[in-house]
Amino acid sequence: MSERVVEVKDLVAGYLPGVNILNGTNFHADKGELIGIIGPNGAGKSTLLKAIFGLVKVREGSITLNGESIVGLKPNALVSKGVGFIPQTNNVFPSLTIEENLQMGIFQQPENYKERLDFVVSIFEELGKRLKQRAGSLSGGERQMVAMSRALMMDPTVLLLDEPSAGLSPVRQDEAFLRVSDINKAGVTCIMVEQNARRCLQIADRGYVLDQGKDAVVGTGRELLNDPQVVGLYLGTLGS
Amino acid sequence: MSDNKTPQKSTGLHIGTPAPGCKKKDPILVADNIKKSFGGLTAVDVAHLEIPKNAITALIGPNGAGKTTLFNLLTGFDTADTGEWHLMGNSLAGVPSFKVAKMGQVRTFQLTKALGLLTVMDNMKLGAKDQGGESIFKALLPGTWRKQDNEIGEKAMELLKRFKLDAKKDDFAASLSGGQRKLLEMARALMTDPTLVMLDEPMAGVNPALTQSLLDHVLDLKQQGMTVLFVEHDMHMVRHIADWVVVMAEGQVVAEGPADTVMKEQAVIDAYLGAHQDTDLGVVTGRIDIIDEGGAK
Repeated sequence: MSERVVEVKDLVAGYLPGVNILNGTNFHADKGELIGIIGPNGAGKSTLLKAIFGLVKVREGSITLNGESIVGLKPNALVSKGVGFIPQTNNVFPSLTIEENLQMGIFQQPENYKERLDFVVSIFEELGKRLKQRAGSLSGGERQMVAMSRALMMDPTVLLLDEPSAGLSPVRQDEAFLRVSDINKAGVTCIMVEQNARRCLQIADRGYVLDQGKDAVVGTGRELLNDPQVVGLYLGTLGS
Repeated sequence: MSDNKTPQKSTGLHIGTPAPGCKKKDPILVADNIKKSFGGLTAVDVAHLEIPKNAITALIGPNGAGKTTLFNLLTGFDTADTGEWHLMGNSLAGVPSFKVAKMGQVRTFQLTKALGLLTVMDNMKLGAKDQGGESIFKALLPGTWRKQDNEIGEKAMELLKRFKLDAKKDDFAASLSGGQRKLLEMARALMTDPTLVMLDEPMAGVNPALTQSLLDHVLDLKQQGMTVLFVEHDMHMVRHIADWVVVMAEGQVVAEGPADTVMKEQAVIDAYLGAHQDTDLGVVTGRIDIIDEGGAK
């Protein structure tokens, strides 16, 4: 059996008292997998990522990282344990340069900066040439690249991505997906929440469809793409 | 859910060959020489642009092309350095945003601006114009505006039903998901009975299944005689509903025309659509060898 990296069991979580967004979600990611999480608005996709990353309080259920419980751990502790998180918006420090943004990503281990920078630049070549540029002057697509790079600085074993393609033009969206695929091929387990469900499932090893806080359908990316129920309810037939 | 039949497209909107700045037979909005710079960066530099009436026009272009800035200028949310633009003959240059909305040109935002601590219904009611209760004296005499308030409430309810938000009418707008807020914003914009509806990325953050009902709403607007101008990165949507497409890059209009012809222009593919637009990314990344039959396209 392949090595289980993240496992979520019967998770209940939410923001407001008495209102649960996740209602017994089950989810797992094995080593080296690229997982796509799709579903309707308000299904709890982003909440699931936030719960894993310690940003939303877990009410019931368990979350384990490499077999060890991580419920209640703060995000900084999770970063040290090898979890990276890329939020959907406000994911760069606009007043800092690209280089400073990347340094922020590894302030817990400054001694490794040079080595990690080389790795990140090997994936995002164009950033290497523009390290002194202020992140605030970058376009949406470029900011997304900086955010991904910063999360990669700590050499994460698991990367949580919240809608990496949101707000990007088609060519940039494709680029974002291809980069996620590259990062995954470099050995990082990736868990990606996406609205662009078709594209997401095309590169995903496995996909989860969340609906009302539960995992409604699970399968390989291809199975979900071809599942008439998933197409009808969640993918829409417009893109086919 | 809709059956995805291709809607009837309006044709013959332009005069002469479709080119940047070409004349339209019946323009609702005419813009001339609009410029806006931020420091040394020219964000918008549009020499001439006409938006055809009672049609759906898509504004597309790479990130940073100036689409949203142009929206901001046209709706009075930002001031242009130079330029003139007219909505059905009325000059809008220098007119503040709330007056622009009263004149029949409303917009939505890419990042939604729902008022979180008001209920969904109150958000809707705020959108209605010419409310008697807005006057400080009349506000003290509920009898003078109660009837109108009830009518506004009914209209709001009708729109909420259309956008499937009626069950949420008493919830705070803050409790809605991103996609639901998009719907609320669009519904609220319609409370003013606009003639020109400008939608800034209506589909961003809305899941694909809901996209189809949203598309029907946009098509409905045209049916009801309104004009729609929208910014969008979802090319399926653009192809499906846009009668006319305007492409911007680096602040300028670089191409115009019906969707199927514009999207075949090499410059548009290079700058915006990308080479993989019709390819399965599983093939591009080498994750799959053969495309499953009937699978991703």
